[in-house]
Amino acid sequence: MKRQLVSGVKEIIIFAPMVSRAAKAGQFVTIMTDEKGERVPMTLVDWSATEGWIKIVISEVGLTTLKLGSKEVGETLYYLAGPFGNPVSELNSSTIVLVGGGVGVPAIYPIARSLSRNNRVISIIGYKNANSILYEREIGEVSDEVIIATDDGSKGQKGFTSDALRGLLDSGRNVDAVWAIGPAMMMKACSEVTKPYAIKTFASLNSITVCGSGMCGACRVSVGGKTKYTCMDGPEFDAHEVNWDELILRLGAYKEEEKRALGRYILRSAN
Amino acid sequence: MKQLTERERMAKRLPTYRIRDFDEVELGFTEDQAIREASRDIRFCKASCMLGCPVGVNIPGMLRLVAEGKYEEAYRQLIKKSPFPAITGRVCPQERQCEMFCVLAKAGKPISIGAIERFVGDWALANNVKEEATIKPNGLKVAVVGSGPASIVVASDLARLGYSIDMFEESHMAGGVLVYGIPEFRLPKEIVRKEVQRLKDLGVNIRLGVPVGTAITVGELAMEYDAVFLGVGAGHPKFLNVPGENLLNVYTANEFLTRANLMKGYKFPEYDTPLHVGKRVAVIGAGNTAMDSVRTAKRLGAEEAIVVYRRSREEMPARAEEVLNAEEEGIKFEFLLEPIELLSNDKRMVSGIKLMKMKIIESSNGERRAVVPTGDTTQLDVDTVITAVGFNPNPSLKIGTNGLDTDDMGRIKVDGQGRTSLKGVYAGGDIVTGEGTVIEAMGWGRRASTAINEDLSVR
Repeated sequence: MKRQLVSGVKEIIIFAPMVSRAAKAGQFVTIMTDEKGERVPMTLVDWSATEGWIKIVISEVGLTTLKLGSKEVGETLYYLAGPFGNPVSELNSSTIVLVGGGVGVPAIYPIARSLSRNNRVISIIGYKNANSILYEREIGEVSDEVIIATDDGSKGQKGFTSDALRGLLDSGRNVDAVWAIGPAMMMKACSEVTKPYAIKTFASLNSITVCGSGMCGACRVSVGGKTKYTCMDGPEFDAHEVNWDELILRLGAYKEEEKRALGRYILRSAN
Repeated sequence: MKQLTERERMAKRLPTYRIRDFDEVELGFTEDQAIREASRDIRFCKASCMLGCPVGVNIPGMLRLVAEGKYEEAYRQLIKKSPFPAITGRVCPQERQCEMFCVLAKAGKPISIGAIERFVGDWALANNVKEEATIKPNGLKVAVVGSGPASIVVASDLARLGYSIDMFEESHMAGGVLVYGIPEFRLPKEIVRKEVQRLKDLGVNIRLGVPVGTAITVGELAMEYDAVFLGVGAGHPKFLNVPGENLLNVYTANEFLTRANLMKGYKFPEYDTPLHVGKRVAVIGAGNTAMDSVRTAKRLGAEEAIVVYRRSREEMPARAEEVLNAEEEGIKFEFLLEPIELLSNDKRMVSGIKLMKMKIIESSNGERRAVVPTGDTTQLDVDTVITAVGFNPNPSLKIGTNGLDTDDMGRIKVDGQGRTSLKGVYAGGDIVTGEGTVIEAMGWGRRASTAINEDLSVR
């Protein structure tokens, strides 16, 4: 099944019973669209063990996501494996803030669902503007409170999610833990907001990954001064310990190639 | 042994041509060469070669059959012990195994057993020799985890005996290190594909994309199957643990080789996976993985490709043939240098390596030469660094599995036959030994398949 959420963002349901039977919040799958494709990690947004499906949300900004988005219902993927990575940390009887940004909002859905069973969950979801809002209803269903932020103020609070997070903490709300999931810049900003408050903060990292299974080290990150594998040791890490600048640097390692490959694909698709 | 005949040599493609592509370097024996080599100075044969074979191939028997031109018989006899001769003939370190024990080795002219094995394997693939035995299903089910050398031996051994085999592989291609690690120019993927096809022909059901540990636990498999074999290897790269190892254009050998081999990064942008190879590439380490990496870098356009090793030439763990091939291809070797820091330019790209000069001292009992820092440092300017400093066992299997004993290095503990601490669960290959060769892993696979068959037969 395939559904467009907003322009360029699609929700895709894939039949993958071996993954759905074992999937847990915070885990990911690795996908190849075709024999020549890249191996790309995708966060598990939802799944049904009984019906055997998993759900991912893609933003068509790169070569692989465009290829994925162009798949028609009924087509198959060359490869899909998972689940990979550690499930989200467990907490009980706490007040938790989950922060999601843009197309990263669906990624906090399974975490909110899992944590809201035994905790009070406040979700802060941020977008560019009112037209790019997605997963608002779904997040609402698994959160006790939802705060919307838009960059231009066209809906909810004006500003970034990190601003909304700061506002919440400044207002004196008692918060036990924060999860930030989205673009690296957003996670870094949220981490900086919570640090002075000494609130335990987790981030789910999105480093460039090749194997997804601890074999290659492409996804390595520095956490607490030590080199870690995002795929095996994460993807969830203590946000205050992550070397964000290094992560952001490494995320851009193949910028030129990505542009070139994307340009080539668009040109060929047009012909 | 005065009038020994010279060894036959495999033809090789000229270095100037082969560094421009990924086609195979060594071309294999012709039929005439194979016959000549298999019968060369045979009057001296003492069958001592077999002492050096981890899987106990009847090498003199193979030589006799090849000398008589009975290749199919040679093949059928060979695969009873070594099921994938086209692979092992190419990747075994024969100079340290069978060929080292050959009586002619003392004169520096051992029989080229590896090249003959390869000839037999290639002949069988080219002539499409099929399994002879009809398999009678015995109603027992075995799960084989991983699809590398140890696992394919277990699968093929047990499938022949009538077991129903499900093989679980998390990647998108079966073969393990044979497909992600060893490059095309040393082991063409077409050969691995054909050997994997032989497994399928035996009825082995290969399930790709299933990470055992997270998708299904070892415990679950043990409940569902009569036996479980764990052959997931040691593919978890060690890091240098020096400042700067996460700079741009610093790769582990596994990432570099996976991008290049498995993902065909050398064909970017036809294939989607990119990789960066600069003009001056340093590879840290001197094992087979290091040789594969440095020769791959050369083929991808590095003007200078340099092996940097903390010990001396004599200690290099790589297969002798590959060191020779690397030298022919213009690879440079720097010995007794240990990286202490990776340096960067203003874009956080690696720009050089700060190295400690090392020296070798003979230990007092004379048993092992130790390498120690001299205190002097030097610097090597490079724009790409590939680290090939060893591997740790894969940690993924432990997830959700209680009672599987491992040692402090994460290697699964087994008895001499591959039995783990869990009843019905066996292991072999690098996940047990840490790091070994393809054929050593196959030897472990053989031991485990024997144990599985014995244990299930008496049950």
